[in-house]
Amino acid sequence: MVQVLVLTGFGINCERETAHTFQKAGGDPILIHLNDLIEKPDYLDKSKIFAIPGGFSFGDDIASGRILANRIRYRLEKPLKKFINDGKLIIGICNGFQVMVKMGILPLFQKEFQQLVTLTHNNSGRFEDRWVRLKVNIQTPCVWTKDIEIIELPVRHGEGKFIPKDNIVLKQLKDNHQIVIQYAKKDNSLANGEYPINPNGSIEDIAGICDPTGRIFGLMPHPEAFWDAKLHPLWNRLKLNGPGEGLRIFENGISFANSHL
Amino acid sequence: MLNRIEVTIRPELEDPIGKSLCIQIKNDLSIICESVRVVDVYTILAELSPEELDKIAKELFTDSVTQIYSINKHISFPSDYQHVVEVGFRPGVTDNVGKSAREGIQDTLSRTLKPEEFVFKSTMYWFSGVSKNDCSLIAKQLIANELIQHWMVLSLNELENKNDYSILPLPLVTEKTESTVETIPLNLSDSELLELSQKKLLALDLREMKAIKDHYEHPNTKQHRKKSNLPEYPTDIELEILAQTWSEHCKHKIFNAEINYEDNDKNYITIKSLFQTYIKSTTEKLKSEIPWLVSVFHDNAGLIEFDDEHLISMKVETHNSPSALDPYGGAITGIVGVNRDILGAGLGCRCIFNTDVFCFASPFYEGKIPDRLLHPRRVLRGVHAGVRDGGNQSGIPTVNGAIVFHERFLGKPLVFCGTGGIIPKKINNNLSHEKKAIKGDLIVMIGGRIGKDGIHGATFSSEELHEGSPVTAVQIGDPITQKKLSDFLFEARDRSLYNAITDNGAGGLSSSVGEMARSSGGAKIYLDRAPLKYAGLAPWEIFLSESQERMTVAVSPQNIDEFMTLAQKREVESTILGEFNDSGFLECYFNGKLIASISMEFLHEGVPTMQLKAKLEFPEKRPFYIKNKNNLTEDLKKVLGSLNVCSKEAFVRMYDHEVQAQTVVKPFQGITHDGPGDATIIRPVYNSNRGLAISCGICPKYSDFDCYQMSANAVDEAVRNLVAVGVKLGDIAGLDNFCWPDPVESEKTPDGAHKLAQLVLTCQGLHDTCLAYKVPLISGKDSMKNDYKIGDIKISIPPTLLFTAIGFVDDIQYIMTMDVKNPGDKVYLIGETVEALGGSEWANIHKFSGGSIPKVKTDKAVSQYNQINKAIKRGWISSCHDCSDGGLAVALAESAFSGGLGMKININPLGIDNDIVALFSETPCRHVVTVPPHYENDFLKLMKGLDVFFLGEVLEQSQFLVYGYANNPIINTSIYDLKEAWQKTLRI
Repeated sequence: MVQVLVLTGFGINCERETAHTFQKAGGDPILIHLNDLIEKPDYLDKSKIFAIPGGFSFGDDIASGRILANRIRYRLEKPLKKFINDGKLIIGICNGFQVMVKMGILPLFQKEFQQLVTLTHNNSGRFEDRWVRLKVNIQTPCVWTKDIEIIELPVRHGEGKFIPKDNIVLKQLKDNHQIVIQYAKKDNSLANGEYPINPNGSIEDIAGICDPTGRIFGLMPHPEAFWDAKLHPLWNRLKLNGPGEGLRIFENGISFANSHL
Repeated sequence: MLNRIEVTIRPELEDPIGKSLCIQIKNDLSIICESVRVVDVYTILAELSPEELDKIAKELFTDSVTQIYSINKHISFPSDYQHVVEVGFRPGVTDNVGKSAREGIQDTLSRTLKPEEFVFKSTMYWFSGVSKNDCSLIAKQLIANELIQHWMVLSLNELENKNDYSILPLPLVTEKTESTVETIPLNLSDSELLELSQKKLLALDLREMKAIKDHYEHPNTKQHRKKSNLPEYPTDIELEILAQTWSEHCKHKIFNAEINYEDNDKNYITIKSLFQTYIKSTTEKLKSEIPWLVSVFHDNAGLIEFDDEHLISMKVETHNSPSALDPYGGAITGIVGVNRDILGAGLGCRCIFNTDVFCFASPFYEGKIPDRLLHPRRVLRGVHAGVRDGGNQSGIPTVNGAIVFHERFLGKPLVFCGTGGIIPKKINNNLSHEKKAIKGDLIVMIGGRIGKDGIHGATFSSEELHEGSPVTAVQIGDPITQKKLSDFLFEARDRSLYNAITDNGAGGLSSSVGEMARSSGGAKIYLDRAPLKYAGLAPWEIFLSESQERMTVAVSPQNIDEFMTLAQKREVESTILGEFNDSGFLECYFNGKLIASISMEFLHEGVPTMQLKAKLEFPEKRPFYIKNKNNLTEDLKKVLGSLNVCSKEAFVRMYDHEVQAQTVVKPFQGITHDGPGDATIIRPVYNSNRGLAISCGICPKYSDFDCYQMSANAVDEAVRNLVAVGVKLGDIAGLDNFCWPDPVESEKTPDGAHKLAQLVLTCQGLHDTCLAYKVPLISGKDSMKNDYKIGDIKISIPPTLLFTAIGFVDDIQYIMTMDVKNPGDKVYLIGETVEALGGSEWANIHKFSGGSIPKVKTDKAVSQYNQINKAIKRGWISSCHDCSDGGLAVALAESAFSGGLGMKININPLGIDNDIVALFSETPCRHVVTVPPHYENDFLKLMKGLDVFFLGEVLEQSQFLVYGYANNPIINTSIYDLKEAWQKTLRI
């Protein structure tokens, strides 16, 4: 079984559903408090997937994800780099994504952690919980979104506006097909910034990106919040049943880890 | 050394926070503001090298992609930004960002800061195109709250000519109380005793003061005190402990009072205790029929059985007075506080949902705002933001709520915060709802530190809002400290590291230790060991402080090392303060000296029973006659747009309602996820299909008419909401929360007897309706002094009962939502409509006061609700929506536009010749359902004998057409117009 480390502590709050979804996907999730991981980084050696769930680490104080990002970077940089170099998988959801970009684990053009993009206050200036439609870039190397073209998921954030440092970074993201998912309209064309289809004003409607290998994936929407069909707001109108679409992202991660690691 | 780091968004990027503020300034104050730029300011009082400062500015405080920073120098803005406002906290106010920043600095520099080094957060707002006067107005009315913050407005010139770069004084607590203990002599006259109670904010009445005096003058007490080397009369801390324990807030004296009640027919009855007679007895009488009751009325929250392996707990609290003074701080403290009730229920439940119900005056209120009150719009915004942050940051979904408007909530806004939790039935073979501090257990306080915040909260909330209402009663909750605390607690719980737990809410340690000591029979506590936020607290302040995010646990000596080690690992401050014993006394020591020793018996049983008078004054009956109209389209739009009916989506969207991935029926339903659901359903256990539905009912609009029906309507509303989503009677538990104006007759409350009679009626309505629907009460709370009185102005809130209902859903596969699903489905009304426009939204809009209000007829309703449940389970109906505020027309319109389909309706079958009555009367016990044609026969057979009326059908197109009694078209519009009318009022 693929062991998955699911990070907890300091205001992370989606760890239970994240672990549950990994379990549903066939993985063996272990909840681990950041302080325990810092004390025993070799937990990473035994795991193939590292997940940073959503939440409000340190209350989003100063900026979302910032304080947790610093703590991870200062205390766990080496073991994390080894984890990445070993080709293992990382997923960061919502606050986890914010943490990843702020510690420079994404977009990871080079091997060094460097912040090149950010996630900041929504254009609306407020936190919102709403379901969005996402289009998957068919050319992306992202292993987590394999065989998914369109997926609906909830966003629940106040700071989800994706901004690259400059056009060079944006171009590189595009050239490498690191833009994984983008906010889309009903007809599957891109939102083109239109609120609330693009709920936060993200540049190029970007909702999630990966590293050049496609193994490290960060996204603002919550796939774990759609582990079961009955979590979709229209499940009883559309007669949805069984597992939710969000589960597929986790299944992709587990199946890739199973076959490649 | 004082350092200042300023951070702001790069000039070429838009500032979304500044932009929203501009819009608010325009909407609220009609001031046109060209632009606002926000600067985050971190003032760091610490020895840092220039390299260190640079490192934290770069790596911690600034996002290099979007922000710029400046160290010990103001960031400069273009010259059109002529004025700046800086806002920061006053000394002692919780500064959550400052606290996190301190941790961030320590991480970044890999070293710890000294205890006397501090980090403070403040904010600068740079204004373009706004005069200095207007900046002052904006600061005072929009950005800052003078109770907790100070601010300074400067022009660019003034700023440049300042000698140094700090703008506001440092918020260091310098005021110190001597750590001495006073003795308070009680050999005083009656009037002197009362004066003492008032001067010390004890909120005790004469009988209570005399009871204390008598106790201390009793030979046994005297002897005990002599032996203990204590003064004859109470020490300040003893008096404070008694005042807190005996406060209305903690002891519910009015609900336990002996009441002489004169009823409608001039019959006199004596009610021994409202609580025993009407509330507890409701549950007692239902006990034999309800198999899932586990622990009710004696823990922090009621506990019921959810399934074979889990218990569910729930509690609803109010936080009105603090929210009146500081809406944001009051509300966040309220929600985070009720979360702690759940953390402290049984051996500690995990919070799985929040509910929030607010009562305000109109946000569009244009009259004068009385002294010390804030504009309702500001209260609404602040309270909402507080509850939003409290819930969202804690990772608890906010799944149900309401915002109710009534002009008299200007005097005191009501902020009800509820939380539900879950716990395995057994933890390591111990029943999780049982807990006891036993002799020898150590008293351990965990979580935040103690400051002067919240001192006298319990007594303060037992009084009306007056000029001297203490500022220290205001606090700001800190969800992250509490999240760390709760993460730690569950680890400790699952290893059975403690024997008992309770939260530190109102009354602080005094309350938690005093309560827990009841099971062991006494306690001894060393107050000098308590960790403080800053020096200079008197011992009584330490014991009574309501500083947030703290729990008290009883840990046996053999577990203490493991407990403390785990706490340290999880960065949760834990301190051993003393031990539980069976001495029969609650004893406090300070610096080695005994300063309090109160008999447990006197503390908990010594409060005299209140004797109160209740007499109903009949309201004058003022019937009104309503002439029928030919066209009711505009009336419907107006009712849909009225404050109590209109969409609250803009507010609700800002709550995370689906974190934890359990919300299977969301607060907003329908094709575009914006229809007003009747109740929310969660799935508390991932691998089970059993659900829990949550709803509420609240009808203060009927209080002035008849409180019995106010109460019955609230219960019915909550119950019929649950019925609408598929819950059956017998599977519902209720929580009662009373918010009352002072019901004790006195000089300042000459109508107290009437208000108390209203309370009696409310309790009777609650009792009778709950019995009829088989709804046991599992928890409740009361807040009895919701009045405002300053100078000649007195505002008392309308008596208000919030009824919260939770119900089990056997299988979430068989639930129902309120949006119509298919064109061609038949529309039926279930339940009788009577003329009862009194208090209705329609009457309100048309300024009709008086009239008669609807009565809940439970006999009929029980059969209706049972049959609706069957129809839902059998899949014979495709939507179900309750008729509530606004009446039948609103229910039809909401169902239609939520489903994105039109309707063609004829109300002739109701047999009511006045169309206004038929469409807008707010008769309870009614549901609108839609039935697919192929189930129509089955459905009608099932409903046989009930009041069922065929009204029409769902249309493919968007037309919304209603024919009146005379078969003439009276409403003709589109669902989009109706939806727009419903949404636009509170769109923000």
